[in-house]
Amino acid sequence: MRNQASYWAFIVHRISGLGLALFLPFHFYVLSLALEEARLNNFLQWTDAPLVKLAESGLVLLLAAHMAGGLRLLVLEFFPWHDWQKTVIALGAAVAFAFGILFLMRAI
Amino acid sequence: MSRADLWLYVAQRVSAMILAPLVIVHLLTIIYAIQGGLTAAEILQRTQGSLLWGSLYGLFVVAVAVHGSIGLRAIIKEMSIWRGRSLDLAMGLFGLSLLYLGMRAVMAVV
Amino acid sequence: MSAALEETGQQITLEIWRGQEEGYYETYSVPAQASQTILDVVTYVQRRIDPTLSYRFACRIGMCGSCAMMVNGQPRWTCRTHASKVLKDGKIRLSPLRNLPVIKDLATDMTEFFEKWQTAKGRFVPTDGKSQEFASVEPTSTGRKEADAGIECLGCGVCYSACDVVAWNKDYLGPAALNRAWTLVNDERDGDKMGHLAAVAVDAGCHACHSHQQCTTYCPNNLNPTRAIAGLKRMSVAAALKGDLK
Repeated sequence: MRNQASYWAFIVHRISGLGLALFLPFHFYVLSLALEEARLNNFLQWTDAPLVKLAESGLVLLLAAHMAGGLRLLVLEFFPWHDWQKTVIALGAAVAFAFGILFLMRAI
Repeated sequence: MSRADLWLYVAQRVSAMILAPLVIVHLLTIIYAIQGGLTAAEILQRTQGSLLWGSLYGLFVVAVAVHGSIGLRAIIKEMSIWRGRSLDLAMGLFGLSLLYLGMRAVMAVV
Repeated sequence: MSAALEETGQQITLEIWRGQEEGYYETYSVPAQASQTILDVVTYVQRRIDPTLSYRFACRIGMCGSCAMMVNGQPRWTCRTHASKVLKDGKIRLSPLRNLPVIKDLATDMTEFFEKWQTAKGRFVPTDGKSQEFASVEPTSTGRKEADAGIECLGCGVCYSACDVVAWNKDYLGPAALNRAWTLVNDERDGDKMGHLAAVAVDAGCHACHSHQQCTTYCPNNLNPTRAIAGLKRMSVAAALKGDLK
């Protein structure tokens, strides 16, 4: 397919959305553990494991990527069309990665 | 004449516009909070009794329940053979469960 | 064939779809010639090798859109595709346009394509004609520029074949029909703007588009159906919110 950028933007948006939607019930359940502070702390200790940190970075990346892709779509649909909007994809990807890497750096 | 797709589209875009600033706040909060490790006490000290955080996260939960269930419906409808009334109901249930679990989580930390 | 054409002495291998939905790829070998188009090679096959091959063409010069088919998996006009540019390991694979039923070999049934055009109300609705004034349409007006950007559509079906949403949702009206609707919504002479909007703001209508932009990428006339559909989304939502959409 010739227009690789738009197509990959769609794929990233869809996969990140799916990942986030499936993650959310788990996320909400974990937070509700805060009803007992000790239970939440126990869980949070588990998240210190490097593999979990990696997974968390992945989730931050998914969230940032999904938001960037979504903002791109809002621009495409609500503002007068310009061809430079394809560049917005690249910018979006950069922002998403920035967030992901920032998280990873701070988490270590 | 079913205009369901039109209103789902509107709900998706409106919830997206509400989510964008909330997601940015959430990402920045996460990056700030994980510095020096994350404990339940640290989270609760920020959120407990806070009308601000309660409202922010409450709004976040509503918007995400709407946005996530509509998005999941689109994916399933296009990428599998499941469509129609049963899918709409299942996705509605998914949205409601996100709403319930989410509100429960907000109550837990506020 | 004219004696003035240079023969390069080489052969091109063609894998051409034969049959209907069920079928197979038949292999042919044709002489490579300078500046050959896909239409040239398909015609060579049908006239010199296998007269049972079915395919479409008309003008041969990129004006009618009849010759559209999948060339190495991409929807293109064969008369405007140089064979040398699409050769993959000395081979070219030809198959009928995606997303449409196959009549035979490389010819597809365009019925659903044009039926969706009608469902999307892609036809001009005249006003009562009692007025003696000619419509005075300013060519540089925003509406006219939007319409002009889309009126060169030939109904060739390339965008419809390129579209993944058409592939995933059988009811989706598709880029061509929606592009046409947008040109009419922007035509100040048309008598039923709300009717056009109502026709596209249905389930599997303009809101089903995910802005992949494959239609825009592949349109041989450089139209931008994604842009048109974005316009329809905006306008139909505005109308629905005002309560104007029936």
